[in-house]
Amino acid sequence: MIVVENLNYSVAASQILKDVSVTLPKGGITALIGPNGAGKSSLFSHIARLLPLQSGRISVDGMEVTPANRQELSRKLAILPQQVHFATRLTVKELVQFGRYPHCQGRLQAEDHKMVEAALKAFELTPLSHRFLDTLSGGQRHKAHVAMTYAQDTNYLLLDEPLNNLDIAASRALMALLRRLADEEGKTVVIVLHDINFAAQYADHLVVLKDGCIEREGKPSDMVTGALLSDVFGTDAQVAVIGDTPFVVP
Amino acid sequence: MRAKSLLICGVLLVVCCVLFMTLQSRGNWDFVLWFRGRKLAALLLVGAAVSTATLLFQTISRNHILTPSIMGFDALFTLIVTLAVFTIGAAGYNHLPLVFLFFVNLILLIGAALLLFGTLLGQHRVDLMRMVLTGIIFGILFRSLTSFVFRMIDPSEFATIQVSSYARFNYIELNLLWLAAVLTLATLVLCWRMRRQLDVLGLGFEIATNLGEPVAKRQKQALVLVAVLVAVSTALVGPVAFLGLLVVSIARLIAPNETHAALIPLSAIIAGIVLVGGQTILERVLGMSTPLAVVIDFVGGFVFLALLLRRGWT
Repeated sequence: MIVVENLNYSVAASQILKDVSVTLPKGGITALIGPNGAGKSSLFSHIARLLPLQSGRISVDGMEVTPANRQELSRKLAILPQQVHFATRLTVKELVQFGRYPHCQGRLQAEDHKMVEAALKAFELTPLSHRFLDTLSGGQRHKAHVAMTYAQDTNYLLLDEPLNNLDIAASRALMALLRRLADEEGKTVVIVLHDINFAAQYADHLVVLKDGCIEREGKPSDMVTGALLSDVFGTDAQVAVIGDTPFVVP
Repeated sequence: MRAKSLLICGVLLVVCCVLFMTLQSRGNWDFVLWFRGRKLAALLLVGAAVSTATLLFQTISRNHILTPSIMGFDALFTLIVTLAVFTIGAAGYNHLPLVFLFFVNLILLIGAALLLFGTLLGQHRVDLMRMVLTGIIFGILFRSLTSFVFRMIDPSEFATIQVSSYARFNYIELNLLWLAAVLTLATLVLCWRMRRQLDVLGLGFEIATNLGEPVAKRQKQALVLVAVLVAVSTALVGPVAFLGLLVVSIARLIAPNETHAALIPLSAIIAGIVLVGGQTILERVLGMSTPLAVVIDFVGGFVFLALLLRRGWT
């Protein structure tokens, strides 16, 4: 369970997050959605300790997110930021091995190697393990990054807009994979998403942000309605229902 | 080939060292060993110091075409020497104990490095462009101040400055060599022990934070190590601007992987080959016609240009 209490965040004169308090449930996939500039990524960055807390409190399973806890947190919570650019030239395997750093500080033991192999296998990256990242397609590279966070073996997995620059097949494959991690391995996945349809299809819990505040939260089937789109996103899109999944007609 | 690059370079370095010690040596062996051994030790030390400093600097700035010298480190050294000569005169400067000068330089360079880069790196997200620009502007400022003082200074005092602000490998003060050896080796040990953390830092702020590294703290630690290494090598032999860039770029090309465990020793060995081999050729073949630093800067300049252009094209 990730608990955020009274989180404020401002840059210069503009307040990005306004006294945000929210509890992200343990287990399943929680999606943060909202229009551009709503503060999704800021909220994400605070939970991921990429931004220093200005005021408020964040805790993960009761452990407070502070610089003092960074090593322990890195074994509880893995994050995948939006844009990752490496100066070093790495192979897929080397990247995934970095996922074990919080456990072994770079000195890989037998169990770490086993975990790396498992991660490569789970993400079907074994045949690519000796390829350099810059020779892979965007989708494959993305998978390698997720595999690294998987190798980190944490209960929580946070992803910031992982579907950017991915085509429909790669996006669906990634979401299905996250679904599997949540269902079969009991991981908690928190994901910032742009595409409401993906959120409605794959997430168990939606948190909607608008203007730095939590606007509403709940189950996707109840949440994704024409009212949500006009109130929060300011657009009059139709919402169809296929099965019991709502579907926004673009 | 790549896997054996360390071995091959190691053998090459040994060959260079043997040639350096034995080619055209006449007379008393005790003297030759003593005289050339001192130079050899200085060359190897400076090589290891400059290459490691460049490597660490590239890691924390996450850019493979930066060197501490592009950011004005060497210019600051020349400025310190110039101001010292200007205020106390050439005679006074030459009478100052070298060890004292060495420490003054060391402390000033470390202080300047922390002020200059510490504040910029300490920000939560490193603004690389701003850091590079700040460094370049400071470099220009230091150089302009130096040339301003040059215009006011006595010509004979100017000669003193020129001697000490050019890299010189021909005469090495023994006291200084001991001091530099101890400092450099101690710093290199610290760098080596940081190698795994440095690998993680190279992945960038977000990933390093995710893996539990205190990024800002590590950057500052690395910066202090860089400052010590640059200060020691400049104080010992004067500025060698492009050496680091040259050897680290070569090391990246031939290293089996880009971990610091592979790059630190490999680039130090390549630096040794360049310095010892270059000095051998200069002394024995070209008859000391050009200073080694000129040759290194010339070649290094071309490598830098090639790196920039290649990056621009791809």
